[in-house]
Amino acid sequence: MISYMPYPVRIDDIVVETEDGNQKTFKLVFENEAHRKAWKHVPGQFAMLSLAGQGEIPIGIASSPTEEDHLLFTVNRAGKVTTALHQMNIGDRMGVRGPLGNGFPVDTEMKGKNVVIIAGGFAVTTLRATLISLLARRQEYGKITFIYGARTPGMLLYRDELQQWAQRGDIDLHVTIDREAPGWEGLVGFVPTIAGEVAPSPENSVALICGPPIMIKFTMPPLEAIGWTDDQVYLSLENRMKCGEGVCCHCNVGPTLVCKDGPVFTRGQVKQLPIEY
Amino acid sequence: MIEEWNKVHVVYVPAMEKQAAASPDWAPGWCRLDSSSIALTFPLPIGPTPASVKTFFFPQPETLLTYTLENNHPDKGLMREPERSRDMQVVLGVRPCDARSVLLNNLPYQEDQFFQANRQRTALVGFSCDQTLSTCFCTRMGGSPLDSEGLDLALSRTEDGFLIEVCSEKGEALVADLELAPAPESDISALAARRNAGGNPSATELDSLKGSELGTLYDAPLWQSLGEACINCGACTFICPTCYCFDIQDEVVRGQGRRIRYWDSCMFPLYSLHTSGHNPRGQKVQRTRNRFLHKLKYFPDRFGPFSCVGCGRCVQDCPVNIDIREVMDDLIHLTAVE
Repeated sequence: MISYMPYPVRIDDIVVETEDGNQKTFKLVFENEAHRKAWKHVPGQFAMLSLAGQGEIPIGIASSPTEEDHLLFTVNRAGKVTTALHQMNIGDRMGVRGPLGNGFPVDTEMKGKNVVIIAGGFAVTTLRATLISLLARRQEYGKITFIYGARTPGMLLYRDELQQWAQRGDIDLHVTIDREAPGWEGLVGFVPTIAGEVAPSPENSVALICGPPIMIKFTMPPLEAIGWTDDQVYLSLENRMKCGEGVCCHCNVGPTLVCKDGPVFTRGQVKQLPIEY
Repeated sequence: MIEEWNKVHVVYVPAMEKQAAASPDWAPGWCRLDSSSIALTFPLPIGPTPASVKTFFFPQPETLLTYTLENNHPDKGLMREPERSRDMQVVLGVRPCDARSVLLNNLPYQEDQFFQANRQRTALVGFSCDQTLSTCFCTRMGGSPLDSEGLDLALSRTEDGFLIEVCSEKGEALVADLELAPAPESDISALAARRNAGGNPSATELDSLKGSELGTLYDAPLWQSLGEACINCGACTFICPTCYCFDIQDEVVRGQGRRIRYWDSCMFPLYSLHTSGHNPRGQKVQRTRNRFLHKLKYFPDRFGPFSCVGCGRCVQDCPVNIDIREVMDDLIHLTAVE
């Protein structure tokens, strides 16, 4: 039964991720041990962050299910609830309702395949969750390619982890920024350009792409040119949501409910939908 | 009968006049019988009651949870189950179309604990329709003016009184302690004959929409003209017994907060507006289309039946005379041409 009741959690840590201060990662721990044990999610799912007096917002889960003792959410300050959340402190109480939605097929279609992850801006959150999950069971997947771009070096999320991933040797990592910046020695260029240069093989592969719509639009042609098909490419949609449980109707894209049927869809599925997202 | 029910249950009947919204037992369009009522009678309009029964299953607002925001309170910000009424409520004067709407709304609300709890505690006593209005089209939607589907007790007029059909356990309980005369066989067979005579030839015609391509319906030329006419007032969605979407908001008064859900409408731009400012249904033609396609395509694709019972309230109350029957005709024509 759907109760709309969030689990009580405490903010255990807050990390300011970006130079503009607009992206913060909140580490949440359950107040009740039974809730922690009951919580099971897959990468790509989301949850409602619930603030008493403010409301709820659907946010992708940035932590992997393998990080069992806490949840991570990276939140962009944009509206009423996110602004209030950004003003909260370590130790404060809030709520989490979920996990919601379907998630990436890490245990099914992705098993045994090469995985290409392409992320732009702060849409990298659920892809971080995915990568951590894949790394925890590294031998169950083929080659992992991770392409991630942000406007400037200071706008990259999870910078410490990016460095660790670069040193591992079992991830083909490409981190890029839009324009030259002082002190930056890595790649420069938009994500679609870099994706075209990396040209990951579609052979026995799946791609997960999250980013601004314009990035996704321009990333597809270079991939299609080297043989990628719509059913190999997974996207994650966003829409305004209220219940997150497929009841309230807010997030519908034609006949499809983003919260319940998604948020993860193949590109083939997305193409069947009217453009209401 | 009503007197007996009123002693132990909360009994609602269709409101004769506009009630004060401040009434503690507020159910828009319905009034609660109070125990001192001398005349336990009520007028029942021809056709659907002014307000649908959705208010009893999906009241607005409904409190989903409560909390305190008092500083230094140990439970500050801790969300709690709300107090909820467990009283049995009996709703009198329900028309067959509205009774059917509850079954349709139950499909998306199958797992919703608030809706289900309200269903548990609500009994519907219906009256079949001897007369219908020009705006009624329940037969087209697969219903009938004589239907008992979704009711707990179904009353039909006979020559010298009412024939009462017991349709559920709740209905059984309502009549258990009453001294009612067994219905004469002739009345029962007369009702069965009237039902058989009814039929619903046009239901299959509408079913052609279910099998049709989404793209054909979505790109239908009529949306443009319909969207031009529609003022997006949302009246149709609020009076509709089968419109069931909701918004959720937090309200705090003097440190005591609650999270409520209340009726929303896909006619409003805010309904789909992203925080970024992007709006997937920013144009009113898109919103008008969404309402009709939800009823005639999206809902049936997901659950089977159309999300419309043909009560005709939206036809009666639309300020710009949009008629869902004409929309259906247009779409059927379109799919037939295809």
